[in-house]
Amino acid sequence: MSGKNLLEKVWDRHKVRTLPSGQDQLFIGLHLIHEVTSPQAFGMLRERGLSVRFPQRTFATADHIIPTDVVDRPFADPLAEDMLKALETNTAEYGITYFGPDSGSQGVVHVVGPEQGLTQPGMTIACGDSHTATHGAFGAIAFGVGTSQVRDILATGTMAISKPKVRRIRVEGTMPQGVGAKDLILSIIGRLGVNGGLGYAYEYGGSAVQQLSMEERMTLCNMSIEGGARVGYVNPDRTTYEWLEGRPYIRDYQAMVDFAEEMKSDEDAAYDDEVVFDAADLKPMVTWGINPGQVVPVDGTLPALEDLPEEERETAERAYSYMGFQPGESMDGRAIDVVFIGSCTNGRLSDLREAAKIARGRRVAEGVRALVVPGSQRVAQAAEREGLDDIFVKAGFQWRQAGCSMCLAMNPDKLQGRELSASTSNRNFIGRQGSPTGRTLLVSPSMAAAAAISGKITDIRKWEAA
Amino acid sequence: MSERIERFEGQGIAVRGNDIDTDRIIPARFMKCVTFAGLGAYAFNDERFDGDGNSKGHPFDDPRFAAHPVLVANANFGCGSSREHAPQALKDYGVRAIVAESFAEIFAGNCSSLGIPAMTMSAADVAELQALIEASPETRIRMDLDAMEITADDRRWAASMPESYRRALLDGSWDSTAVLAEAGDEINSVAQHLPYV
Repeated sequence: MSGKNLLEKVWDRHKVRTLPSGQDQLFIGLHLIHEVTSPQAFGMLRERGLSVRFPQRTFATADHIIPTDVVDRPFADPLAEDMLKALETNTAEYGITYFGPDSGSQGVVHVVGPEQGLTQPGMTIACGDSHTATHGAFGAIAFGVGTSQVRDILATGTMAISKPKVRRIRVEGTMPQGVGAKDLILSIIGRLGVNGGLGYAYEYGGSAVQQLSMEERMTLCNMSIEGGARVGYVNPDRTTYEWLEGRPYIRDYQAMVDFAEEMKSDEDAAYDDEVVFDAADLKPMVTWGINPGQVVPVDGTLPALEDLPEEERETAERAYSYMGFQPGESMDGRAIDVVFIGSCTNGRLSDLREAAKIARGRRVAEGVRALVVPGSQRVAQAAEREGLDDIFVKAGFQWRQAGCSMCLAMNPDKLQGRELSASTSNRNFIGRQGSPTGRTLLVSPSMAAAAAISGKITDIRKWEAA
Repeated sequence: MSERIERFEGQGIAVRGNDIDTDRIIPARFMKCVTFAGLGAYAFNDERFDGDGNSKGHPFDDPRFAAHPVLVANANFGCGSSREHAPQALKDYGVRAIVAESFAEIFAGNCSSLGIPAMTMSAADVAELQALIEASPETRIRMDLDAMEITADDRRWAASMPESYRRALLDGSWDSTAVLAEAGDEINSVAQHLPYV
């Protein structure tokens, strides 16, 4: 008999029962909430006279609507002010810990959870945000939920969910210079498709994944949903434990390690599917279309419609028309208007260091608007201690305050008109960055910084050699 | 218990295209709200209206189809962000059931928990139904969750949906909070045996 993988073990440990519908009732060990998807859920609780069942397992921060330039209250946008007030009232009323703008620890929910040590191996973690798989980097089973499930978890500590199948994505070897976790996940989505992960959890493993730092593993897991997989995780190891040690909510380090070792996938675990990638083949990637699966290596050419599988042609045609690109063209050398460095995908200290290395002593190209937005106040403080803010400001980047910023434009940071942005965020959907006609190229932090300096998409491998 | 949903009948509205993500269904800037009421006005906003607020002829504004309750879409409908604002906006607009080639996972779950049947059919069958709606907008579409079939005029197609969602709709347990709360003691037992928090 084969062993079990981490998903099966964590699931067994948190399963309350099988529901009459056939779904499982799963206990949620950590519930993270934010201002956009929680107020309606609290409203539903009040309507039904219910309370919060496990306030000590519930933590809140504010990220989507927070302005990143001036954060004085009340916000200029009265709707944003209402949303933040609702979160403040709800967390105070139900005794939920809230990392607000005055706490020094506010930030993007998927940056805050790990850096506080709230995110730990073997947990089940839910949040009303699809990028919740980020926390899977620690060997947690973490997934995004809708507002009705936020209500269910608040009211009962549990939710109804079907157990996914598990696909092991094994990446072997060493990634070439200039290639990072962002390029890896974009390559995975490019190969398996934007709905290739439907019904699956992705377990990322292999020697190349083991070599990744914790922050790189978060980037990798973060975009699982862009490949259709609601859950993505990496088995916990020494890298995980060392990163977590000493963080505020690690109350019993040894107990955490023991639980992680118990929950991690067995050597002989069985999987529903396996896909293997050779790390040495990976290249810096750039998206060219309107979903993250429409992606090419920076030195590649855009696909001809007839070379694509039939079911992808309609979306590709729409992408070419929206983006104004042509099959056969290359992304290398394409002039950009805006650069956005930040988000739950690439807004951590190591991402900012990677970008600062490129920006140091150089200048943002004439006519390019470049924003650097730290993922949390703690990331901002750490970056400022290292003088990264100074490097960016001297180079002509705007150094902003923590928030989701231009990733989804629920705040004042938006593209204008048809601007083309090189972004380290996770979605290049039509209108995603706030302008109904704005265009997004998803890239790694070093590629984004290089685009800011040169004013165009630049192959970072040549840059580093230069 | 919530209402049992065994069948639904109504006129259709075809929204064509694969990979229609939730940012297109409800752009993020309209999510600045603390209730879902009124979101229907902004459903598909950027596909419906130009910069000056004039209609671009989207089916949601086309008087032949506007406010019809059965939305018929193509593949990977509702991908992207987990926002329940997307199905809530569709519901507020008047959509009560959705047929598509396939759905993104979180979106399908959100529909189920709102009592919106989200059924899938083959690409060819969806194309036939969409063509029928566009040619004869008055056609009534009948969705039967018991028999798992969709009929319109004299045509009949096999449909599917995840069994758990189907059963939740059929037995009226799709509004899940009350069902989950029944397991009070078992919930406590799982919580007490966890080594964290």
